[in-house]
Amino acid sequence: MPDLRELYQEVILEHSKAPRNYRELATANHRAEGYNPLCGDHFTVYLDLEGDSIRDISFQGSGCAISQASASLMTQSVKGKTRAEAARLFDQFHKLVTGQSPANGNWAELGKLAVFSGVSEFPVRVKCATLAWHALHAAMQGKQETVSTE
Amino acid sequence: MTTAAKRLPRESRPADVRGAGAGFDVEKVRRDFPILRRRIRGRALVYLDNAATSQKPQVVIDAIRQYYERDNANIHRGVHFLSEHATEEYEAARRTVQGFLNAADASEIIFVRGATEAINLVAQTYGRTNVHAGDEVLITAMEHHSNIVPWQILCEEKGARLRVAPISDSGELLLQEFEKLLGPRTKIVAVTHVSNALGTINAVHLMIEMAHRRNIPVLVDGAQAVPHLKVDVQVLDCDFYVFSGHKVYGPTGIGVLYGKSALLDAMPPYQGGGDMISSVTFEKTIYNKLPYKFEAGTPHVAGAIGLGAAIEYVNGLGMDNIAAHEHELLAYATDTVSAIPGIRLIGTAREKAGVLSFLLDSIHPHDIGTILDQEGIAIRTGHHCAQPVMQRFGISATARASFALYNTREEVDALAEGMQKVREVFA
Repeated sequence: MPDLRELYQEVILEHSKAPRNYRELATANHRAEGYNPLCGDHFTVYLDLEGDSIRDISFQGSGCAISQASASLMTQSVKGKTRAEAARLFDQFHKLVTGQSPANGNWAELGKLAVFSGVSEFPVRVKCATLAWHALHAAMQGKQETVSTE
Repeated sequence: MTTAAKRLPRESRPADVRGAGAGFDVEKVRRDFPILRRRIRGRALVYLDNAATSQKPQVVIDAIRQYYERDNANIHRGVHFLSEHATEEYEAARRTVQGFLNAADASEIIFVRGATEAINLVAQTYGRTNVHAGDEVLITAMEHHSNIVPWQILCEEKGARLRVAPISDSGELLLQEFEKLLGPRTKIVAVTHVSNALGTINAVHLMIEMAHRRNIPVLVDGAQAVPHLKVDVQVLDCDFYVFSGHKVYGPTGIGVLYGKSALLDAMPPYQGGGDMISSVTFEKTIYNKLPYKFEAGTPHVAGAIGLGAAIEYVNGLGMDNIAAHEHELLAYATDTVSAIPGIRLIGTAREKAGVLSFLLDSIHPHDIGTILDQEGIAIRTGHHCAQPVMQRFGISATARASFALYNTREEVDALAEGMQKVREVFA
């Protein structure tokens, strides 16, 4: 039986209550929206891309604890990374929350993002955990349309 | 007594069905629903998602199984025994629905897939014939998407305008505002009898009177009403009434459009095909009479028979008894849930049925739903296919507990305990 405490880990609850990098980014040169209308989760991810690297990132919006904490922790994890590094991190994160094996044999590179491992026991919540990441992906590619994981 | 009622095993018949207040043994009723014996995640199932779909009593499951095991044949076609028998069962189900709604004639009962298809049928036939550029269709701010989108499609096509009667902060329709919106350009009114997101019971009889004074026909969406209230389409004098079988203990994929025969007769067919014709040549087709004109193709025979069995079951318990039980339960649930710190009820109309929508602190409804699910408690979270209702209240989602005849006070207590657990997790 899946354990609630695995899903709602302290770090997740804490980030959902006090999300980091939660603001509009004045220097943003890329942005994208993620919207899951069935849940009502709705986020905007702001990116300040300098060449190939993420100089700054922020987000705004509202959603469940999982989506909110995921967006918050994502901004911390990808800040300063290159686009390719962020994309690899997303890939690894996706593997984690969908219950797949890690790309390089372990989850080490995920760092704090590993707190989302419990999500894999709750398949209907995968869309919550990945919404901000899909928005980031769209923002990095300069796509305009709103993304959804529903 | 009909076939379906005869099939009801003696021990599952209610102790006394003489009328309201005659007693309603909920524990006995629960034994009629096999799924309620299931354990979910190691706990007894507490099913509080009845506004989405209701569970099925054994008599409905048996009726469907018996049809496929013994009676299966196509209807209205064969001269053989089984075809005749299946036809009789199908038409008996239609008469059961007729009695359930107190329609004047069985030919006013059209079997469709559900309330959604029924509304689309009316919009695409009555609507396309009678709504033109500059005309208006009037709905309310508490409609389910299924009573919004078909009218939007129609208005878009015709260059007509969709008007929306507003609701109050408690989720009640503002009747005076509704009446003001009825004008010379209004060609049809479509209104829900009971709101799926708020539980509000609309005073549809008053709204129908107001519309009829101006010769405007009214469609009533009864999907959330028929499981909870006695409906009499002749007393209401509504022009169309629609509902889905699966919300009233019947199978999915079957529903009902009631329409006054004069209106149905004047409407063009919805879909073309077999059974809806009386003769076909390549030059001209003569359409069949009511209700068959609107039932193209082989219908959901097993579904109709299952719905008939469900209605017989509800009739056997007595709608007054069911309504009294549910009314008491909703009052208890409202009190119990209101006592939880941080609760905000969405939908506090004076007249309500079946639905308790709420928010808890700033916890997202999906998180509430996931935690309750771990306790074996099934509720609905999200916008309930009523996004304009959410927008009206400035929220994106609610948690919704919705009740049926088999729910108990103990289940309400389980819900309240589950919500304490939610608060603990998010403390």
